[in-house]
Amino acid sequence: MSQKTPSKSEYFRQIRDALSGPTREEAHALSKQKPYKNEARLKSDVAEIGQSSRRNFLTAAAAAAGGVLAAGTVGVKKAKAEKLEIPEWSKSMGRPIEPRVYGMPSRYEKHVTRNRTDVLVNKQNFSDWSMTPLQHQEGIITPNGLIYERHHAGIADIDPDKHRLVVHGMVKRPMVYTMDGITRYPSISKFYFMECSGNGLTDWLKAKSTTVQQTHGLLSCSQWTGIPVSWLLDEAGVDSKAKWVLFEGADGSAHARSIPIDMAMGDAMLVYGAGGEMLRPENGYPLRLFIPGWEGNVCVKWLRRIKVSDKPWHLRSETARYTDPMPDGKWRQFSMTMECKSVITKPSGGMQLNGPGLYEIQGFAWSGNGTITAVDVTTDGGKTWRTADLEEPVLDRCLTRFRYRWNWDGGPARIASRAVDNTGYVQPTIEDLTKPRLIAGFVQHHNGIFPWNVSQKGEVVNGLG
Amino acid sequence: MGSVKFLTGLVAAAGLALATFSGAMAGDTSRPDVSFGKTISQSDLAAWDIDISTSDGAGLPPGKGSVAEGKKLFAELCEACHGEGAKGGPQFGKMFGGFESMKTSKRKLNPGSMYPYAPILFDYTRRAMPMDAPQTLTNDQVYALTAYIYNLNGLVADNAVVDAKALKAIKMPNRDAFIVDDRPDASAVRCMRDCKPL
Repeated sequence: MSQKTPSKSEYFRQIRDALSGPTREEAHALSKQKPYKNEARLKSDVAEIGQSSRRNFLTAAAAAAGGVLAAGTVGVKKAKAEKLEIPEWSKSMGRPIEPRVYGMPSRYEKHVTRNRTDVLVNKQNFSDWSMTPLQHQEGIITPNGLIYERHHAGIADIDPDKHRLVVHGMVKRPMVYTMDGITRYPSISKFYFMECSGNGLTDWLKAKSTTVQQTHGLLSCSQWTGIPVSWLLDEAGVDSKAKWVLFEGADGSAHARSIPIDMAMGDAMLVYGAGGEMLRPENGYPLRLFIPGWEGNVCVKWLRRIKVSDKPWHLRSETARYTDPMPDGKWRQFSMTMECKSVITKPSGGMQLNGPGLYEIQGFAWSGNGTITAVDVTTDGGKTWRTADLEEPVLDRCLTRFRYRWNWDGGPARIASRAVDNTGYVQPTIEDLTKPRLIAGFVQHHNGIFPWNVSQKGEVVNGLG
Repeated sequence: MGSVKFLTGLVAAAGLALATFSGAMAGDTSRPDVSFGKTISQSDLAAWDIDISTSDGAGLPPGKGSVAEGKKLFAELCEACHGEGAKGGPQFGKMFGGFESMKTSKRKLNPGSMYPYAPILFDYTRRAMPMDAPQTLTNDQVYALTAYIYNLNGLVADNAVVDAKALKAIKMPNRDAFIVDDRPDASAVRCMRDCKPL
């Protein structure tokens, strides 16, 4: 590996530089840092949500207060608007069309970013994650630049012309494919959500995160394009005794998972496109596995190898990680399905309600077992629930938007949502979940009902604990 | 992946194959009777064939390594992140002990406490370590590092030399700790009024 061994302190420095991580002291300081105590963070995130909200949400509320609500409900007296002037952008030519460019969001939307966790701060950012700003997401499709990330050895930079996919193991004919070959098959495109099994990891029994990005942002949704895995397995000729299939990445972690043959031959897809373009590098360019409704970790990115066997591999990511702590020292293994769940994204943590009146409560519901059939919303801390409206399209194993019109009376409120899917499964409370599962310091597959508290001043905060 | 190649591909496909399913309904997801791959021999894919079936050790390669060799390698390659003697370093935590934590709510996830099968450590080290140069170690080096970490966990002797046979023989303390997914495990009720507060 090395010709000349550097001194230990020099080697430490090199490793630190290579990992772009903080020093040990910095890492310790970071891990102790309380979220949003820091002024810079407040400005870059929470306050910006306020700005954005002021345009999209609070002004709407004010308008509603002035307009709709004038008809008798709790309302604010009709304010007189400022006189309109002709703005600069109406009196000049805009930016010209560039010959070739990849368009970017408005410069006024720079606060809408994928962010690393600010609660469980890793000491390096190669095996790490970043979260989707759900509070800013309009509609069910997550923009490609905002799909959440979880990598185990950084983001691989793969030349698609040199990338290869191998199918072997218990098959008649081991096969190898180029990207040209894979993209030449007829393609299918499907709308599905993707969620990390660790979504909600930091907020289990205690309120630790400030925003919905930090409590639920290991969640994204896209239209995924590719081919069924079964086509290539059929071409290779799977042995009748086969029961499990390994999928392995070409990145530096060679991340791999064992998948039961029924799922590999079922809905599992080999995906090269998402949201109308080729996958982004951080989402597995040029090829990934996608298993609808299952934890993101099994959707192996930078996919290079498929191997068929008669038993699971029991790899590190299937034993020491991605297993669920259960009572009596047990661990629940191969728990891949993401069960029915929902969360309110507006209003959510860090936002500010601008006086009593009409607010539309909005959020997402999803189920790895099927379609969402109902979402209920409470504004009194779970004593009373009312059915929210579901917005079309309502798709199998996809994000579904819900809306509920709420007249806030200006008093303290505790709001939450509860989803039901077409298997009849009702999203549980955290109390329901802690009965069969162990209350550990960390948790996977946390699909409990999540409350936000609204103060009399209109501040919205994490309502756990 | 260039557009020229892609278009040539399309033209070829149209000529060869598309004609046969040009009348198919939109949404047809049946497998077309074509193949755009090539066969490959086991020897030509051997460099990528790195997985170990950890419950029976199938796939463990020839080779061996001692605890002493592993200790030396660890100091060179691993210590910068994992700390001296794997006691925890600037990036990652302690890599041994924790057996007694398994029945508590603060479980320590170490190779010794969490792996039900000893070859898991060989598989993981070979595929992913060291983090700044994965898939560069020799099999002997991986065996040596595996021997060292399991020695720290009290699972092999100080003078042990670990090979495929020795690795398969290690009985891991939590071999029987894993249960298959038995969800749904929560039984929630869709109460609408006078419900128990959250």
